[in-house]
Amino acid sequence: MSLAFLIEQLLNGVQLGVMLFLMAAGLTLVFGVMGLINLAHGSLYMVGAFFCAWIAGQTGSFWLGLGGGFLAAAATGALVEIVVIRRLYDRDHLDQVLATFALILIFSELARWVFGDRPLYLDVPAVLSGAVPLPGGGGYPAYRLAIIAVGLTTAVGLYLLIAKTRLGMQIRAGESDREMIGALGVDIRRLYTAVFALGAALAGLAGGMVGALQSVQVGMGEPVLILAFVVIIIGGIGSVKGALVGAVLVGVTDTLGRVFLPQLFGLLLPPSEATSVGSSLAAMAIYLLMAAVLTWRPKGLFPVDG
Amino acid sequence: MRKFSKGLALGLAASVALGCGPAAAEGLKIGMITTLSGGGSGLGIDVRDGFMLALKLSGESGIEVLVEDDAQKPDIAKQIADKFIQRDKVDILTGIIWSNLAMAVVPAALRDGVFYISPNAGPSALAGKGCHPHYFNVAWQNDNLHEAMGGYVQDNGYKKPFILAPNYPAGKDALTGFKRFYTGDVAGEIYTQLGQTDYAAEIAQVREADPDSIFFFLPGGMGIAFVKQYAQSGLEVPLFGPAFSFDQGILGAVGDAALGVKNTSQWSKDLDNAANKAFVEAFQQEYARLPSLYASQGYDTANLILAAWRQTGGTADKDAFQGALEAADFASVRGSFKFDASHHPIQDIYVREVVKEGDVLTNKIVGVGLKQHSHAYIADCKM
Amino acid sequence: MAERMREPLVNAVLVLALLIAPLTAVALDEPFYVGLASRVAILALAGVGLNLALGSGGMVSFGHAAFFGLGGYVAGIAALHAFEGSAFLAWPLEIGGSESMIVVWVVTLAVSAVVALAIGAVSLRTAGVYFIMITLAFAQMIYYFAISLPTYGGEDGLSIYLRSSLPFVDTGDPLSFFLVCYALLLSALFLTHRLVNSRFGAALQCARMNPERLATLGIAPFPVKLTAFTLSAMITGLAGALFAELNGFVSPAMLSWQRSGEIIVFVILGGVGRLFGPVAGAALFILLESFIGGWTDRWQLVLGLVLLSVVLFARGGVIGLLAGRARHD
Repeated sequence: MSLAFLIEQLLNGVQLGVMLFLMAAGLTLVFGVMGLINLAHGSLYMVGAFFCAWIAGQTGSFWLGLGGGFLAAAATGALVEIVVIRRLYDRDHLDQVLATFALILIFSELARWVFGDRPLYLDVPAVLSGAVPLPGGGGYPAYRLAIIAVGLTTAVGLYLLIAKTRLGMQIRAGESDREMIGALGVDIRRLYTAVFALGAALAGLAGGMVGALQSVQVGMGEPVLILAFVVIIIGGIGSVKGALVGAVLVGVTDTLGRVFLPQLFGLLLPPSEATSVGSSLAAMAIYLLMAAVLTWRPKGLFPVDG
Repeated sequence: MRKFSKGLALGLAASVALGCGPAAAEGLKIGMITTLSGGGSGLGIDVRDGFMLALKLSGESGIEVLVEDDAQKPDIAKQIADKFIQRDKVDILTGIIWSNLAMAVVPAALRDGVFYISPNAGPSALAGKGCHPHYFNVAWQNDNLHEAMGGYVQDNGYKKPFILAPNYPAGKDALTGFKRFYTGDVAGEIYTQLGQTDYAAEIAQVREADPDSIFFFLPGGMGIAFVKQYAQSGLEVPLFGPAFSFDQGILGAVGDAALGVKNTSQWSKDLDNAANKAFVEAFQQEYARLPSLYASQGYDTANLILAAWRQTGGTADKDAFQGALEAADFASVRGSFKFDASHHPIQDIYVREVVKEGDVLTNKIVGVGLKQHSHAYIADCKM
Repeated sequence: MAERMREPLVNAVLVLALLIAPLTAVALDEPFYVGLASRVAILALAGVGLNLALGSGGMVSFGHAAFFGLGGYVAGIAALHAFEGSAFLAWPLEIGGSESMIVVWVVTLAVSAVVALAIGAVSLRTAGVYFIMITLAFAQMIYYFAISLPTYGGEDGLSIYLRSSLPFVDTGDPLSFFLVCYALLLSALFLTHRLVNSRFGAALQCARMNPERLATLGIAPFPVKLTAFTLSAMITGLAGALFAELNGFVSPAMLSWQRSGEIIVFVILGGVGRLFGPVAGAALFILLESFIGGWTDRWQLVLGLVLLSVVLFARGGVIGLLAGRARHD
């Protein structure tokens, strides 16, 4: 096994992690500020991917598509917040789980209605279609490097937004004391809509970018949703820093597990059994990671108090 | 309940015109359970549309088809099957796309005395030990297309294929099937996770293993993701796979990345026979899109049932109906069509290549993988 | 006062309706509706199990499908080995399959209890959303394990060719099987009723609302909650075994997170913390699923809209809607 192979696999893990971060950031913000569990977050990811693919198909420009997906997801998020989510803030988690579970069903069928029954086509933009040489030989797809760059930029941007801006101050205030910010004269309703739309936009961005790598189809949001939940639980709910660390941890664990567990079992078992057993264990790896983290730290790696 | 009965007036006129002998005296009720919602709905919709087209073109009245969506969930499929059998008293069930749903529905339905005619799923359990006089598969045994690709890869002198499939029964059958006809060494073998959408790690392993060809079975969204990511990786090892990832319904989403890929299929739109030409043209006219493999299977399924029904007049005499199905006296879009002793097709499996016709990606036949092929489990079938 | 009388009345009507529906169906020779009623009874039983953890103990488990599926696999594996005459375990003890429903039940209860103790012991260290998600994580692990388990069919699942048997009852007869499920449902309802109104129930309530106070009374909240969680899992596991026998089939779909979500839906739809809530919830859900499904391909859209309306406009679920909100206020 060469060094280049190891570097490539690590990059793959980081890229998966960064993509999960875009999903997890929205989830964790919405939970931190509004105390809401949103199972329909994966649907917003799907909305972003569908609009991106559709606009790119109509205009021939991936970038217009990506921008459109981002905005469409933000708009959908704002709309859903105003019509439905707003009524759930003072409910317990159970009602939130049921309502957002219902939203998944509604979104999936609406997407099929609007965009048809077949997966949509979306390709990477020509500028990023090549590969970048890696030290030690081999190449790495430029588009995946771009995803890593976008994800890390977003992380920095979110940090600045929360640490330096007025909106960020309100968000921080909302995380520590929900009643207080109302008393301070902040328009809570608008703040909540803005935070929800921001989370939705990030999910839409992730959906659009990933859409070029995989299949844009109904139901694409649910597997990612589950992973994003694992991420925010590991990181500590409400913590953006935790979401980033958790996401990279999950991405790398999953990728390396998929690669090395089957090889590890290959030392003991015949090849086809080894790959089968190793792959089963790899599927469970991130859940084992999560259970281990929670056993050690019941509120995640970076717990947010309040 | 949505019923696709033929227009009554038209039906009456037709039966008068045909003089309607004893054969057509009895009606026929068919229950179709298929996937019409969620990510896998494209397949179910194609099977249904192909099936309904055949009924429409036949001009027959007296056949009633009940259609319901199983949402790709085994227990919902089972619930609908119970409803169709117990409440609606259907004579025939059909339509299921996925093997795990078929395994939930078919054995019990056969015990309840209805016929099951599969337009797609062909799990080995129903082809070998669990074969049944009233179970027919019009499409293939699940391993068929993989076996044909194994044979093709071997015959074309590849020595070091890398093979991968999801870690579930159909995936394991796929790799076993491939290796049944490809007997050389493999460069590597990977089971991926079911529903996985990122293949960067696997593609890196392929690069590391330095194979001369890649065989993969990744149905649905998994295949779309794999082929796109493979194209971006810059690797240029030729790809081989069963038709599922390169079928008409899905090619549009894979895009140019699929160009040149060889895939095995028992049907292709350019198969040169009269039935197929009529089918392709009528399908495009009716639905304004090119037919897929699944549509062709739905179409053949309906025509098989129609032929048996015309011969016997219904399922009242189960042995007679079974005999009529076994005779398979209909014009298949695949050309010649006959059943083996386990009621699975004996057929040629072609190798197709993805090409562009104008702006549209589609397939053309470039060779034959296996001729007059049946399946590997037939010795276990004691019927 | 009238409000307080209404809930028992609604409950009684519900339980009677669930009994009368299949009897009528038999009289009209419509066996399908007997099966549908069995389905309602079984899923209600699963909900009653979850309700014990969720309603009384405040433990929102998003992983109860794990127990539901385990029960299913116990039934499936027992039937497989009995059918093949092979051994489940050859060493150190020879354990084969079984055709006895009682054995299936006992093993299911034992397996569910052991797994629930393990999962609960880890999960109950957390609370709130963390608890929701860690239970989900455990269920996912079992789900992936089942998918890649070639001996028992993996994703394809296992067929149960012959329903297991009970002394003096023909379980193959749809009505008899329904009555078995119905009797188990009533027993579970009775048991949870007794439990919730016992000293243990009071401790559980207290552990949910005010754990510190419970601790000052000299009772540690952890064992109380763990016991409730385990009992809850056992009831849901039992429902899973019956579900597999009803369908003649078990597959990893029984373990999926959507299934966990559905069991939660039964509980909320009926009314959280109401003893008979899951019965109303399961009945409504199954009826919607079955009848809208026959009416349009877009049934999931309609189902979604109905569920959403229930949360937004009918707080306290169906029972709350029918019986007033006396209990919660």
